[in-house]
Amino acid sequence: MAKQEPMATDGVGVHPLGPDALLVRFGLTLEACANRAALGFAGALRADPPDGAVEVATALASVLVRFDPDLVARADLADSLGLMLGARDWHDAALPEERKRWTVPAAFGGDHGPQLEDAAAAAGMDAAEAVRDLCARPLGVLAIGFAPGQPYLGPLGPAWDIPRQTALTPQVPAGALVVAIRQVVLFANASPTGWRQVGRVAFRPARMGTELPFVLRAGDEVRLRPVEPDAFERLLQSGDPDGGATCEDLA
Amino acid sequence: MTLTVHRAGPGVSVQDMGRAGHLGAGLARGGAADRLALLEAAALLGAPGPLAAVEMAGTGGLITTDVPERLCLTGAVMRASLDGAALGWNRTLRLDPGQRLEIGPATSGTYGYLTPRGGIATGLLLGSRSAHGSAGLGRRLEAGDTLTTGGHEGEDDGDVTMDVADRLHGGTVRIMAGPQTGFFAPEVLARFLDTAFARSPQANRQGVRLDHDGAPFATNAQLDLLSDFIVPGDIQMSGAGLPFVLSAECQTIGGYPRIGTVLPADLPRVAQAPPGAPLRFRMLSAEEACALPSEARTLETLRRLVRPLVRDPRDMRDLGSYQLIGGVTAGHET
Repeated sequence: MAKQEPMATDGVGVHPLGPDALLVRFGLTLEACANRAALGFAGALRADPPDGAVEVATALASVLVRFDPDLVARADLADSLGLMLGARDWHDAALPEERKRWTVPAAFGGDHGPQLEDAAAAAGMDAAEAVRDLCARPLGVLAIGFAPGQPYLGPLGPAWDIPRQTALTPQVPAGALVVAIRQVVLFANASPTGWRQVGRVAFRPARMGTELPFVLRAGDEVRLRPVEPDAFERLLQSGDPDGGATCEDLA
Repeated sequence: MTLTVHRAGPGVSVQDMGRAGHLGAGLARGGAADRLALLEAAALLGAPGPLAAVEMAGTGGLITTDVPERLCLTGAVMRASLDGAALGWNRTLRLDPGQRLEIGPATSGTYGYLTPRGGIATGLLLGSRSAHGSAGLGRRLEAGDTLTTGGHEGEDDGDVTMDVADRLHGGTVRIMAGPQTGFFAPEVLARFLDTAFARSPQANRQGVRLDHDGAPFATNAQLDLLSDFIVPGDIQMSGAGLPFVLSAECQTIGGYPRIGTVLPADLPRVAQAPPGAPLRFRMLSAEEACALPSEARTLETLRRLVRPLVRDPRDMRDLGSYQLIGGVTAGHET
């Protein structure tokens, strides 16, 4: 059942999030199955929205359900979400339909990844091993967030369970690839960050003012393909928002 | 039906109630920093719902119109004048072609709003007219900009005003627990609720930093917490354990822990608090928080407070020709 006590909020379950939203949380650490559970639970909610629900969105291991408090009482919606949560094991839920896989050229190290050595060392690798590992297989788009269209990619292997830095990097550029806690974030815009920048892509995940401003969706995949600095500069200069990336449909 | 901006302060932009529904794409709702001010404007203008307005952070500018317009002024109280004659706040006014409406700086609060009776009718971007700086949607207004205004139904019955409860000087703010409140030790939460904060000079449409004397508010999970949803009003602790109240243009997901959420009813009090204003927090249960009126119900309540504006002394160009009641000075600035 949903937890109603305001202080008992640090576990898996249904939690209040302001007076007009509930958060269904599947885990506190980044396990692939928790992300899959969140995507599956959200898919089921979208297919059959509960009364009063006005928005369903997923983060890394949680689902936000925003509701109209004039249409449904929070406690009633929390109860029905709690029942749904217990009705099955969501960890093997189906991924969203019409998923895509993007293969995205990326430069690593040097000016485009000033903290590659540092991050690799934290993960117990040398720089070349780290790049190979990051590019070895497609990464899941675990969530879109922080900034419009911006993907959280992963999960990386356990070696990459490295913390954020205590100090903020004042600014990384648009397209920066930063790592921490088994994830890669591909920055949509220049931003300060507490994560370590290991590389950069010319691919733009947010294209405001176009018909499809948000290119990626949670459940898609991104495979990073390492390219030499010269080739990367050419992609960056070309102005192509895809940055040399290619896209295929996943079954 | 066009307003022309001849001069604009650095934080002037079009804002409405924002673009809800894009959290899954990483786009925060955005919209007015003080949503209550748009509800007050809707009540004063007799509009069916909140309209797009010109939001003015700190100071406004100089505005003219090409047709007679009924406008209203809500939110932070700003020095305002029509052709040089001082105007009160929380009221409607008529602006005729050739007249100059000058607004700002703020005398109380931070965000003032100018709303035409038919709303600002500039183009919709993803369902809203709001500029959202951090998302790269729209932009701040500059000298020379023109703003189309919307049409409206009904007769123009003359100027109205309303008395507004003070929210422009800080004070006590109600919060509720969120999904991460439990990450803080009970004694840290108790100390947070017992601390007198001051609104830091560091504040914008993304968040408001709070200053206090004493130790920071850290959790053990500060640097390896899984990023999760943020909503406006969340009180986020930075890596150094300093609190920020996140505002309209906050990120949608973040990894720094949130100790609680400021309730929407009291978020305007945080947004409007001027630098240095005192702020304290009081925790409500989720049940108490949900019992507070929604924006729709708040608007219905506000409509009942609207009354005709009669003889506001500050509207009179030649005060000497009127008999003023002894001791009565201003009327509606708070």
